[in-house]
Amino acid sequence: MSRTQTAFWRGLRAGSPFVLVIAPFGMLYGVVANEAGFTLIQTMAMTALVIAGASQFAATQLLADNAPVAIAILTGLAVNLRMALYSASMAPHFGALAGWKKYLGAYFLVDQSYAVAISEFDRNPDMPRPEKFAYFIGAISSLLPFWYGMTLVGALVGSALPPEFALDFAIPITFIAIVAPSLRSLPHLVAAIVSVVVSLALVWMPYNLWLLVAALLAMLAGARVEQIMERRK
Amino acid sequence: MSSFDVWLTIILLGIGTYFIRYSFIGLIGSRQLPEWALRHLRYVPVAVMPGLIAPLVAWPAATGGNPDPARLFAAAVALIVGAWLRNVLWAVISGLCALYLGLFVLF
Repeated sequence: MSRTQTAFWRGLRAGSPFVLVIAPFGMLYGVVANEAGFTLIQTMAMTALVIAGASQFAATQLLADNAPVAIAILTGLAVNLRMALYSASMAPHFGALAGWKKYLGAYFLVDQSYAVAISEFDRNPDMPRPEKFAYFIGAISSLLPFWYGMTLVGALVGSALPPEFALDFAIPITFIAIVAPSLRSLPHLVAAIVSVVVSLALVWMPYNLWLLVAALLAMLAGARVEQIMERRK
Repeated sequence: MSSFDVWLTIILLGIGTYFIRYSFIGLIGSRQLPEWALRHLRYVPVAVMPGLIAPLVAWPAATGGNPDPARLFAAAVALIVGAWLRNVLWAVISGLCALYLGLFVLF
């Protein structure tokens, strides 16, 4: 087996534990999108094109609430802005690759494939570029089939669940769960509190504009608290 | 929510997300983002998600916009378990369990 092939299999192995995270979220998205009134094709198109759970949940919830399309798109994109950071940190590893590899690498740059790959590249900075790419493709190959497959399962199962299961509340629980682990850091906690308070206070605003105002103020608050804490050190 | 709205969201969110991912790898290269931009980007998820769901927790449409003890209980449990164990999956599972416990047993 060539070194590049070995790198692929190592990536596949390193990515596989994350199936435990990906699979339930994929399924939950299928259930939620179905609940929101998406057709099966729409659900699968969303999951295949976007491959970013939190933004899919956010956009789907807003559409289901009859928010304007622009707000649903902007909110989904805002949730995905963190991926610019992943892109920046992958640029030294992928920037010099052939065009098609860069296009493909960008498409597959999700939370888990990024986390798996960057920790390997930090451990082995001298790994040749083709091996790095193969490792990354290995990591995403262990995950993506489960993401797509479980979304499909969720969408099919979801339509069989009765309304007593209160699936309207799956998105709030999911978002609380995603955010909660970061709340032990003071700037994150402040940002979250500002976001909640402002959104509850401004929810009367039309076109879901309250969400943009709340997010902007919360982001500024978090960054500001971080800056103040650093100066005190 | 029309079918056109859904498709427009899927396509534009898909394209936009792709360009965010491609940005530095393909266009900007390995230049560093300025510190102030990094500092603000870090807080985007925690600024968007709580605000998005806060009204859904406080005034759920499923109960006609009235606060619902089962849903509030589930939100609190997910929050506490997530912050305590720092594990997203357990927070979701415990939140859903609390929701059904609240809906079918407690309240």
